[in-house]
Amino acid sequence: MTSPLQQKLKITGPVVVTANRLSDGAVVYRRVDGDWATALADATVTTSAAVAQELLAAAKSDRLRAVDPYVAPVKVAADGRVHPGNLRESIRSAGPTIELPATG
Amino acid sequence: MPLVKRGRIVADPYVRVVDDAPVADDVAVILPAARFLADAAELAQRATPTGVLWPNDRRVADLAPWLDRLALVALAFPSFRDGRAYSQARQLRERYGFGGELRATGDVLRDQFLFFIRAGFDSLEVRKDADAAAFAEAVGRYSVFYQPSADGRASTARQRLLSRPERNTAETAQAARSAAAFADSN
Amino acid sequence: MYLYDELDRTLVAERVGEFRDQVARRLSGELTEDEFKPLRLMNGVYLQLHAYMLRISIPYGTLSSEQLRMLAHVARRYDRGYGHFTTRQNIQFHWIKLEELPEAMADLASVGMHGMQTSGNNVRNITTDQWAGVATDEIEDPRVWAEVIRQHVTLHPEFSFMPRKFKIAVGASAHDRAALRIHDMALRLHRNGAGEAGFEVMVGGGLGRTPFLAKTIKPFLPQRDVLSYVEAVLRTYNQFGRRDNAWKARIKILVHDLGVEAFAKEVEAEWQSMKDGALALDPAVFAEIAARFRYPAYERLEDGPPALAQARRADRRFDSWMGNAVANHKVPGYAIVTLSLKPQGGTPGDATAEQMHAIADLAERYSHGEIRVGHEQNLVLPHVAQRDLAALWRALDGLGLATPNVGLVSDIIACPGLDYCSLANTRSIPVAQEIASRFRNLDVARDLGRLHINISGCINACGHHHVGHIGILGVEKNDEEFYQITIGGRADEDARLGALIGPAVRYAEVADVVEDIVAAYLELRERPQETFPQVVQRTGIEPFKERVYAAR
Repeated sequence: MTSPLQQKLKITGPVVVTANRLSDGAVVYRRVDGDWATALADATVTTSAAVAQELLAAAKSDRLRAVDPYVAPVKVAADGRVHPGNLRESIRSAGPTIELPATG
Repeated sequence: MPLVKRGRIVADPYVRVVDDAPVADDVAVILPAARFLADAAELAQRATPTGVLWPNDRRVADLAPWLDRLALVALAFPSFRDGRAYSQARQLRERYGFGGELRATGDVLRDQFLFFIRAGFDSLEVRKDADAAAFAEAVGRYSVFYQPSADGRASTARQRLLSRPERNTAETAQAARSAAAFADSN
Repeated sequence: MYLYDELDRTLVAERVGEFRDQVARRLSGELTEDEFKPLRLMNGVYLQLHAYMLRISIPYGTLSSEQLRMLAHVARRYDRGYGHFTTRQNIQFHWIKLEELPEAMADLASVGMHGMQTSGNNVRNITTDQWAGVATDEIEDPRVWAEVIRQHVTLHPEFSFMPRKFKIAVGASAHDRAALRIHDMALRLHRNGAGEAGFEVMVGGGLGRTPFLAKTIKPFLPQRDVLSYVEAVLRTYNQFGRRDNAWKARIKILVHDLGVEAFAKEVEAEWQSMKDGALALDPAVFAEIAARFRYPAYERLEDGPPALAQARRADRRFDSWMGNAVANHKVPGYAIVTLSLKPQGGTPGDATAEQMHAIADLAERYSHGEIRVGHEQNLVLPHVAQRDLAALWRALDGLGLATPNVGLVSDIIACPGLDYCSLANTRSIPVAQEIASRFRNLDVARDLGRLHINISGCINACGHHHVGHIGILGVEKNDEEFYQITIGGRADEDARLGALIGPAVRYAEVADVVEDIVAAYLELRERPQETFPQVVQRTGIEPFKERVYAAR
């Protein structure tokens, strides 16, 4: 849960490349087709360090759309569904764990 | 790297002397601090303008004895986030009365132009061409400054005193009370 | 409160224009993120987990009704309908879009608000006591001095790129409600033997990885010298503070490394060269600023109107709130009212746009249009006539703003934590909620007396856990949330750093641990009036340590 931006690239399981969208700060995930997805389910998942490296490099050079990309772990369930790999990524993906103040 | 002085991009009459390179007699030079200090008495007597590039982690007091014979002092911003040279600039101007050219070098970017000018710099070695071209726009962005500073523009304190608006009686009374209480305590 | 003049308003408008240009240059790619980041930080714009966060400055915690309505507008129009009041008397919005920021800032500027210097390596919001101007024990209103200094350090050309941030607090009473000694610099107004008012200057406080309490470097500084002296301290810091390691870059490290005396000498030498120059404060200049502080035209009222006592007798809940959230005012017939932003099940310090609007209306009606923000993340209505207290309470009660837990165990101070913040190791809000839930019984809470729990989700200590009576710090161990517990901290004039009681405990255990600590306090206290910090001071941490770790 310490900032992953200082991590060295090492892959021990499935990962995605994620960042914040420049325009609004929303959490986004890199796709191999060069786009950014807002849902983790639509992210490109890889277990290859080489692919992750490429995705990260492409993400970093996409300076007009995303800020501070990094490699984040995910878990892939038996049914193929992709889940965040730690609490920090869960919160980034699904939002705060608390109920937001009512705005009725 | 364009040199901006008095709002315009100008040619640089100074030659930057690197390390132990020979110092020509007939050109204006900027010398590294250590080089200058090692030979200060002699170098200070040069017929052509002499300047010193002073590091941002050394007290300007060490250069003070030579300031009246220096035409230029260049200060360093290794990163625009390292603001030590702003303090050095103000000390050179205000404490030591340096009247020569004060030049900012290093990571000199557009969004700090006003800070450089107000700290007392009169020339900037600007990193980006586009920034140099936008100098007038950048320094024209603000008309209000809270602090007194080197660029001659009146601080808000001065402006308020000079153009005191008409105040109602209650305000005037309150102001008078505050001033009296303050003056009493001091 | 301070009214902006044309010059103040123009500066803010020009800042908005500059930022609009900077955002455009970032969106077009002319500025890289590396170049843009410090610029946006200087306007209080952070990039957090889910979105940008905008921190808006509330100078010395003072707001007008008009300004609070604007904050409600920002919450609705640009955010998700709520905002969070911070431990530095500011407000934060957590769901801001960068591309909408220039508009939001223009809206804020129309009421004299901005995010200038709420982040970045410059001088931050100058904070003070939320009861300033109305407290019974202050020698004068510290906010006027906070404003004098605020103007001086705003967009200061020399101090915008310091080694790290610099936080200043100003106080004017012996009882410290502004947590002076945890600041980089604190200025405490007091009178010398001759009855003159001046500042005790303390430097080098700060929490975080290496917490320190500020030390006195000048016991009495005449008021006319305050700007030149502040300048000398800032210049000394700017030149000699470390720049090689962000964890060692605050002035507290410089003061510690040099020693207080050597540091004070350095400042003195710098100061002597400038004290009689342009920064010597001219009484007329001071008067200009002081004149724009508006104080209410208080009515001549009696203390303790009979209807008030009757209302207290008639309604136990009102009576309980009166005993908890209402404090004495320096003007007879008036009172200082604290609005708890720590309701059961809520997020500490949060308020919805609807609540902000309602509070703005109530302030207009009952508090001469003025609201204060406290570093304990509660709000204050500083000018309430005692005859209006019952009516005010009914309104606050309906809005969920009258929980009578001010200063009690469930009045928890917590940073946003990992639910929002990209710096966090752990969550803090749900921990606060669970603890508050364990102590939801108000009779229990009242019996425990004043008890400050502070929670920080990481070592940056935005929750001020080091000075909590009970401090809770989130740390990460093997991808799991763990929390270190300290006890015995204090943030008042007897400031102390808390002591660690043992190894970190898991998320699920924190509330149990707090219950054990409280149980130990109840057993150890010699009489009900002996407060938690007093007991810890008397017994040391051993009995608490034993109680907590015996079964773990």
